[in-house]
Order: sequence, then C-alpha cells, then structure tokens
Amino acid sequence: MKRELLVGLSAVVLGLIAGAFFMALTGNNPLEGYRYLFAGGLMNLERVGNTLAMATPLMLTGLSVAFAFRTGLFNIGAAGQALIGGLVATSIGLTLGLPKAVLLPLVLAAAAAGGALWAWLPGLLKARFNVHEVVSTIMMNWIAYWVTYYTIPAFFKGSFETESRLVPEAASLKAAWLTQMFAGSYINLGLFVSLIAVLVVSVILSRTVLGYRLKAVGYNRFAAEYAGIHVNRHIVASMAISGALAGLGGATLYVGYASSMQIGILPAIGFDGIAVALLASNSPLGVVGSAVFFGILQSGKGFMNAMTKIPPEIGDTIIATIIYFAATSVLIERWFAHLSKSSKQRLPGGVK
Amino acid sequence: VFDIVVHIFPYAIAFTIPLLVTALGGLFSERSGVVNIGLDGLMIVGSFASAATTVALYPSLGPGAVWVGLAAAVAAGALFSLLHAFASINLNANQVISGTAINMIAGALTVFIARTLTGSGNIQIKQGVPRVDIPFLADVPVLGPLFFQKTYATTWIVLGLLLLMWFVLNKTTFGLRLRACGEHPHAADAAGVNVQGIRYLAVVISGALAGLGGAVILVTYSGEFNGNVAGLGFLALAALIFGQWKPLGILGACFFFGFAATLANASQAEPALKVVPDLILKVFPYVITLVALVLLSKKSQAPRAAGEPFEAGKR
Repeated sequence: MKRELLVGLSAVVLGLIAGAFFMALTGNNPLEGYRYLFAGGLMNLERVGNTLAMATPLMLTGLSVAFAFRTGLFNIGAAGQALIGGLVATSIGLTLGLPKAVLLPLVLAAAAAGGALWAWLPGLLKARFNVHEVVSTIMMNWIAYWVTYYTIPAFFKGSFETESRLVPEAASLKAAWLTQMFAGSYINLGLFVSLIAVLVVSVILSRTVLGYRLKAVGYNRFAAEYAGIHVNRHIVASMAISGALAGLGGATLYVGYASSMQIGILPAIGFDGIAVALLASNSPLGVVGSAVFFGILQSGKGFMNAMTKIPPEIGDTIIATIIYFAATSVLIERWFAHLSKSSKQRLPGGVK
Repeated sequence: VFDIVVHIFPYAIAFTIPLLVTALGGLFSERSGVVNIGLDGLMIVGSFASAATTVALYPSLGPGAVWVGLAAAVAAGALFSLLHAFASINLNANQVISGTAINMIAGALTVFIARTLTGSGNIQIKQGVPRVDIPFLADVPVLGPLFFQKTYATTWIVLGLLLLMWFVLNKTTFGLRLRACGEHPHAADAAGVNVQGIRYLAVVISGALAGLGGAVILVTYSGEFNGNVAGLGFLALAALIFGQWKPLGILGACFFFGFAATLANASQAEPALKVVPDLILKVFPYVITLVALVLLSKKSQAPRAAGEPFEAGKR
C-alpha cells in the first residue's frame, strides 16, 4: 500500500514536471503558472466548493473504473455510461413534475439504472461470447454519443439547438444551503452521493462474499469456476455495478454541476475516471484523494488562464501525462528497487 | 436515385479514405501483437502537425505546402507512437492504458500548442489538396462519375498504400514474421525473429499511417484543425475488427461505414434520404461491429497474442 502511494505520488510529480516543461517551452513561467493553478482551485471558499463539485463526478467515474479493474475488467466506457446516466436523469427531471423529495431520488436511481444498462450489455457479451469489454464499451460510448445527439434536440431542446432545457430545481442536486455555505459555488448534494458510493463499494469489495467472489473471478475465472462461483453472472454483475456508478457520475455532472446537457461531446469525466482510478491504484479511498487532486487542476486552470497566458489545456495535458507515467510505473518501481538495493544488501533469491 | 448516389459518392469516399489508412495502421500494430487504441490520438497529432506545417510554409511554398504538411503528419504520428511502443514493448505496460494516455495527451497537448500559436486553438489551412479528374477513366459512363471525377490525390495515395500494405503483410518475409509475432511470439522468438524490433516497427508504422489519416481529413473535407477528429480513430478500430484484421476486409468495412455516415449527413440536404432515421445510420457502424464480434466470437480472426506483452523467458 505504501509502495503504491509512493508510485502514485511519483507519477503526479513527474506529470507536474512535464507540465512545467510545456509551460516553459511555450515561453511562460511555470512557477507563476502553478501558483495561479492551485490558487484557482483553492484560493477561497467558493473555489474550494467548485473544486469539490468538479471532483464529485470524477470520484464516481473513478470508482466505476477502479471497481471494474478490481474485478478484472477494463471499463473504458465510463464516458458513455455517464452520458446515458445524465440523459436519463435530464429526461426524467424535465418530464415528471414531482416534489423534490420524490423526484430527486428517482432521478438518481434512473441515472444509475441507465449507466448499469449501458455496461450490462458489454458484460453480457463478455460473459456469453467472450467479446473483449474494451472494444464493446468503446462501441457503446459512441452509441451513447449519437443517442444523446439526437434525443436532446428532438425532445428537450433548450434555447440553443445543441443544448437541453435547464432542469428544474426539484430534479437538481443543487441545494440552497450548500451553495450558500460555499459562497455561491457549484458544489451540490452529489458530493454526498459519491462519498456514500465510495463507502459502499469499499465495504462490498473488502467485507462481503459478493466482493470476494467478484475479485476471485477477476483474478482467475477458471479457478473461480472450479471453486463453484457462477463466473458469467459475476462478470455481468460487475459490469452493471461499474456502469451504475458511472451513470450516477453522469447525474452529478449534468443535474448537479451543470443544469443542462450539451450534445456532440463525450464527457471528459469518463476518460479522466481512468486516470483517477490508476492514480488511486484502484483503492476506493484513494479515488477520493486523486479525484480531489484532479478537481483542483480542472477548476484552477480557468483562473490560471485568466492571470497568465498559459492555455487552460495544460490541466488536461498534466492529467494525461500522469496517466502515461502511471502506465509506465514499472520504470518508477525499478528505480525505487534500485535505490533500496543500493542502500541495503539484496536478499538472496531477490523479489522481482 | 442514381443522381443522389452520384452526388453523395465523392463524400462517402472522402470520408472512407482517412478511416481506411488509420485502420491499416491499426492492422499493422495489432497483427504484430500490440493493441493500439491510441489511433484517435495519433490522428489528432497528424492533423495538428500537417495544419501547423502547412500554415507555416504556405507563404513560401504556396499550394505545395500541403504536401510537406502531409509528410510532417506522417513523421509526427510515427514519433508520437514511440511513446506507445516504449510503454507496451519495453516496459510491458498495459497497452490499453498506454493507448488511452496517448489519446488524452494528443487531444490536450495539440490544442495547448495550437492556442499558443494562434490564440484560438484552431488552425485553418488556406488550401487543401486539389481535386482532379482522372484522364480517360473519368469519361467512362456510370463508373466515371462515381470513382474518377473530382478525386483527391490523397485518395489514390491511400489506395496505393493499401495495396502496398497488403503485399507487405502477406507476401514478404517481414510480413510473415510480423504476423508470427502477433500469433505466437515465443515461436517467432525461437525461430530467431526479433519480436521486440518487429513490434516497434509495426507500432511506428501504425503511428505514421494514423498520422496520415488525421492529415487527410484536414486536407480534404475539414480544412481546419480543432483538437479532435470526431472519434474517427475509434471508428477505424471498429472497422479493423469488422474487417477481421485483413486489409481487404478493412477496405470493405471502411467503405460501409463511410457510406452510412455520409448518408446520415446528406439526409439533411436530400429529403429523399429521410427514410432511415439519422440515429440508425450513425450508430450503425458501432452496432454492426458488436454484432460481428458476437457472431464471429467462435472463429474470430483476431491475432492471438494481441495485447499480451512479450517476455522472452515466459512460456
């Protein structure tokens, strides 16, 4: 655990160094850039609230990807699942005129169900026909993209052709007391949804029979089958749970952080979720930390762009670079191994 | 009806060609055993490199700048793919994660640089590749208007590449070795093939072709770099699978997808095409790929070792 933390932190540091390099390359002062980047994410109560609001969907998509990873599946389709979750949430929020106490739980449940459905199919294809989930979830991403692209203008067109109407207050995760507490920021009840989800997933994975079986299937599906676990059923369940989390993430993005849906874009929280999960080495609690870190980058980049000439895309560049360093963490691990080898004598039959 | 077909056919071909060259790139990488889902990012890099180069050279070279731009796209794609090759071949990293990182870095970094260059993050080129009628063939009835009138030079380059790649893959020693690396790298290794070297080359070829694919979009129908290629890299991946990892299968799949996408776009202008809802046409490539995966799951032609790192000592 400690080693994973060290590797994760190294990936972050290397990503930040790469970011500094790109800032310097384009003739900007990296120190000044980072000062405004972090100030933009943390300077006052409002900005902290915005950072948390930005981190909320990332926690859920990160959790979605991490959960799938822990059970041996690569859910690269969190973007599509979040989009469908958001679409379902928006549709229900704009259609049903119910009091908030009824409507909001319904919206969240429907978003989770939508995301679960979108991941259930790849799970089924994997279990029954051995279709690799990476390929099928990528296809599902683009199906979600086009479904949203044509549904929003056809049924929920707002003031622009490419936007939905604003969801009513009763279907929104925004709460007046929370907004006031953080001086008018975007923070919303989604934060509690995602923290509860983190706890639930954490308990499922480490304290329940279901979690044990899911992990067993992920480690070795043949061994799990031999031990009497219904492998197919667990693969489908794992994908569906992962999709439900991403769908909830979509709800916190589209009816929490934002109040309308735009078409023609796959939400960045899907792929950023992979980064969040990797950086957290797939631990549910680690997801909270890495989501908040990425939230700072995402919410601070606008302020940095306003104060300096550095383009806001530096935030995404840093996140992407961190994923690359996380993917190549073998290098970092080798380097640490090299360091500890030179400091103390190597054990016979040394560990890899 | 024929009029409409003649009308949209050039668009369908224009849409097919970048898809085709990118999928060919994916073919090389995957047949050698390295999954490359970074194709989309590599296309973006190619599109950016060719836009930046073309704009920079236009004042001195005029219309010729486009060709230098295409060459720059090939080089940039090849260079950028080294990141993927290094991670997945030298470090045995998870190839899907590395490919995802490539996609994200490409999307963010190119816009970052473009914004520094132009202020807006978009780069427009003044002039694409010229459209030419092929002598004699253009006058052939039926086929002439469909295939040989007002064609982009890049279309013929890419079709030439298709032939070349088919030949390299199926008729040369290098192609045989490359396929062996994707099916059974340890057998190839035992036979004295440099598995890592071949895979490096294959990934670099995939980067070069995907870079070209991104540039072809720019110099034919888009004319502007804007930080994405509308997910065409993922569509190329779908074409690769639907074409069952074979050059001619890929050609068929790409044309199929290209035609479907064009129909969807054209139906806004041609009311006669409204019979099929746009949504169906747009999701068609992805749904058909899923169906193909299911139907062919028993006898899939996927390279057996695709996605698996090669460790010489492991059996």
